[in-house]
Amino acid sequence: MHRISCRGLAAVAAVALLPGAEALAHGFAGDRFFPATILTDDPFVADEMSLPTITLNPTQSDGSRELDIGSDLSALITPNWDFTIGSDWAHIRTPALPTVTGGTGLTTGTQYQLFINAEHEAMALADLDVTWRNTGNLSAGAPDFTTLSPTFDFGKGFGDLPDSLPWLKPLALTGNIALDFPVQTKTNGMQNPNDVFYGFAVEYSIPYLQDEVKDVGLGPPFNRMIPLVEFALTSPFNRGYGGTTSGTVQPGVIWAGQYFQVGAEMIIPTNSLSGHGIGGVVQLHFYLDDLFPHSIGRPISQW
Amino acid sequence: MVAPRQITAAAVIAAAVALGARAGYAHAFLDHASPAVGSTVPSPPAAVTMWFTQQLEPAFTTAVVTDTAGDNVGAGAAKIDPRDPAELQVPLKPLSPGTYTVTWHALSVDTHRTQGHFTFDVGQR
Repeated sequence: MHRISCRGLAAVAAVALLPGAEALAHGFAGDRFFPATILTDDPFVADEMSLPTITLNPTQSDGSRELDIGSDLSALITPNWDFTIGSDWAHIRTPALPTVTGGTGLTTGTQYQLFINAEHEAMALADLDVTWRNTGNLSAGAPDFTTLSPTFDFGKGFGDLPDSLPWLKPLALTGNIALDFPVQTKTNGMQNPNDVFYGFAVEYSIPYLQDEVKDVGLGPPFNRMIPLVEFALTSPFNRGYGGTTSGTVQPGVIWAGQYFQVGAEMIIPTNSLSGHGIGGVVQLHFYLDDLFPHSIGRPISQW
Repeated sequence: MVAPRQITAAAVIAAAVALGARAGYAHAFLDHASPAVGSTVPSPPAAVTMWFTQQLEPAFTTAVVTDTAGDNVGAGAAKIDPRDPAELQVPLKPLSPGTYTVTWHALSVDTHRTQGHFTFDVGQR
């Protein structure tokens, strides 16, 4: 006979008595676990925190190089609805000019989980982000105008491929598309264009390979690694900025543990507008639902 | 000098978050299984045993083994080892050569649900 602990009894009671009382999982759709990607917005709501995200950007055409230290927090309001807040601190060195440091502006957002389909390892999310004016150092890139960014995010795992393609089943794709709407079209004599932003992440999950397809014998730390390539492009499309698309391609790897994950990616500019040379980014990301399942890791309301 | 105060502050907060957590809570991932995921075993196993990364709650943790026709080939319900609450075992009826699918649903002690499935073969492929 199994002996159930007090902690276990509480868990069983919660699941049995309260509809939807089980802890919300970060990034699960059926058998698939989607890690939190660094560049591409995640297609799921969660209690999570990235701290820090350290980015050394490629060198820009004026010779400047920017180091960003960022953090962001996501907190569930209900099981399908969350609130996000994030900010970066920048350190910009430009030849023959004084170094500039300061905040790059505060971004808040609210996200709603549209659906999660376990059978097809699919999920989608609607998001409204707001980048607030005058919440950082204008010289460091903080905006002097507020921007609204409605966003659609999706994720799809390929575990439902035919059994004749077993080695492709660990693949997954996440992506998002966003439109930026500056509240003011012109500030300080400068036009503020509308942008379209689109990003994708192609992932190959070693945990999925070993847990679902074939145990190839990889041990720690490789058994928790998810190699991936992320792409992101921003295209202004009006007010004189048409044709100035910029973006990056970021190959890297995420190691996903029980309570946190660590990610590292190279940053490769897609064109001269995006810079030249190679940059890099590293991120430490916490699963608050696993770390604090009975306090800040739970939705505020089960409604 | 590159932003020492900001990096230090981030490191201190990150460490506080990690240290403030109570150990033992997390999703139960499959660590390994016997027969191994996707493996071929020469003779029929008496049971499928799975080891998870977290302790499991018996009341809401299940596993079923089926053949290619979808018939349950288990010789009883899946049971968690009382000496190792992270180990789940399904006793099996005598198996014929063929492909078998293991489908599991786990509830870890903090009510996080996970699920998965995998196959193994008995006899020569």
